Amino acid sequence: MKLHREFNGVSKLRHYLQVVAFTLVVATIQCTFMPDKPYGPPVVYSVLIGTFTWAIIDLGRELIPSAAETGWPHGWQGIALVLVGIVVGYLAGTLLADTLCVHYFHFYPPGALISGADQRTSILITVIAGLVGTFYFYAVNKSAYLEGKMAEARMHASESRLKLLETQLEPHMLFNTLANLRVLIGTDPARAQHMLDRMIAYLRATLGGSRQLSHPLADEFARLRDYFELMAVRMGPRLQYTLDLPVALRSAAVPPLLLQPLAENAIRHGLEPSVPGGHIAVRARAIESAHGPLLQIEVQDTGVGLHSHAVAPLPTRGGGFGLTQVRERLATLHGAQAGLELTPLAPQGTCARIVLPLTLSSA
Amino acid sequence: MNPTTSAPSNAARALIAEDEPLLAAALTQALRQCWPTLEIVATVGDGLSAVREALRLAPDVLFFDIRMPGQSGLEAAAELTDTWPPERPFPALVFVTAYDQYALQAFDAQAMDYLVKPVQTARLEKTVQKLQLVLAKQAQAAINSGANFERMLDQLRHLLQVLPGVAATPPGSAPGAVAAPAPLRLLQVGVGTQIRMVPVDEVLVLEAADKYVRVLTATHEYLLRMPLKELAAQLDPNIFWQVHRSLLVRASEIATVTRDEAGRLHLGLRTRPERLPVSRLYAHRFKAM
Repeated sequence: MKLHREFNGVSKLRHYLQVVAFTLVVATIQCTFMPDKPYGPPVVYSVLIGTFTWAIIDLGRELIPSAAETGWPHGWQGIALVLVGIVVGYLAGTLLADTLCVHYFHFYPPGALISGADQRTSILITVIAGLVGTFYFYAVNKSAYLEGKMAEARMHASESRLKLLETQLEPHMLFNTLANLRVLIGTDPARAQHMLDRMIAYLRATLGGSRQLSHPLADEFARLRDYFELMAVRMGPRLQYTLDLPVALRSAAVPPLLLQPLAENAIRHGLEPSVPGGHIAVRARAIESAHGPLLQIEVQDTGVGLHSHAVAPLPTRGGGFGLTQVRERLATLHGAQAGLELTPLAPQGTCARIVLPLTLSSA
Repeated sequence: MNPTTSAPSNAARALIAEDEPLLAAALTQALRQCWPTLEIVATVGDGLSAVREALRLAPDVLFFDIRMPGQSGLEAAAELTDTWPPERPFPALVFVTAYDQYALQAFDAQAMDYLVKPVQTARLEKTVQKLQLVLAKQAQAAINSGANFERMLDQLRHLLQVLPGVAATPPGSAPGAVAAPAPLRLLQVGVGTQIRMVPVDEVLVLEAADKYVRVLTATHEYLLRMPLKELAAQLDPNIFWQVHRSLLVRASEIATVTRDEAGRLHLGLRTRPERLPVSRLYAHRFKAM
């Protein structure tokens, strides 16, 4: 969703009424300090100057292109608008107020001169009130804009979480697993229970895991084992797998379910389309680099592999949602220090390799 | 007249193609209960063995899983329509699928019989009744009625169109809405240490050969290392016509269509000497105006 501002008459009217109330307050304060003078003229001047200034700034900003998104012109344009608004508002407001005071309200006789001191006070009040008013509306507008932006960001976040959940809880996988479970309940209840336990662990991790920021690599490997065990029941001897996690790396911190999309890809695009099936190996290693120790995790399969480099010899191929999501998570957490690459294996198969900074949690 | 009387004399035989061993065992067991006289002659786990065993054993009923390694159940069925000996009645087809809304919609739209995993007994019984009726009618008519076969070809053709490569497409991306990238203009063919750039405009015939595609131009022949299905998805289907599961032909290159004594169609080309077979699945394209 793109935040798009439209001209809103009600909000403009609300702004104007706020301006009028503000000008009345200014006029009242003016009178309080000069009790010897009548209340009428300051009100007329104040309201008229305020009206012109408001009209120029609040309506004028709609015409400036750079105000399209935030509602406020960028840089010097914003400052110029305020200055023009105050100067023109003062001149036009004073002119009209002069005329009205003399010919309509008859506060002054025609030809009466306003003293220089009065004029200076009036200019000072206009400038101060104009700046205060502008700043007030600018602040209100800005906070509304930021709130809108935050709502937008929140929506994006929940959208991508939903999408992630959808890929992980893919209905085809779920129903096939349930179909297998249904068979096992009749033929081998002990194995059915075992499978159900794996499925519960898998569901718990998938539904709740994305809330945590990181967990130990040992937990991540346990989730992979759940997933592979589930798939092994379904695929029988067509799925072989090994998990290789050195003891020293068991406590390494990784984002939860980071490896899940890679394991799913290895099965879905590697082993499932292959008639004899194949072997998946997941290995974790610590490697040294110029920037400190790195954690390298490889998911290798001996499946059908990435073909079609004959037509699309682009290294960026393999950008399904799962891989994009892994790359985005790594980039958000570690920037350029982390990454994911896919390489074809000979004679067949694919290797997905993740590298990220190694942090061992003390727990 | 009575469908049950025809069964004992010539008990129905079935083949199950299902890649998940437990589900295959479960379907076998359920069928034994609902249809005790049915003989299950083979259970296979992939789309290639499905075709091979079906041709070898000539069963009366085929239970094909949709998503299988090798090739999908749909593709296996399409291959069988082409290779099935004409003197034998074509087997009754039942597709089996796990939850897959696109597939189910497509099957409903084609009024094709299917089973959803996990297979429910009530649903299986209904399917079995229908199958028994079909087999009894077939036994009466003695010959596979041409109209029925044509109807099934039609259904298969539609399904293959709506669900391109059900086996190959990851379920995350909607198979119905295949992303249409810009059509391919150049083929980059590895020849020794070189890469030859072959303009698609010069290509006349594309033929699947194992994991390769044979690319024929007017004067040359190249081998491209990719499945035909993947290449076909990047070509304009109005320019390159699929005439066989392993053949794509530039439509403007087709000169003649001839029918042989067995009723099969063959294409003659304008610039190349090859004669290309047309599979029954795609024969509907060639009719005199």
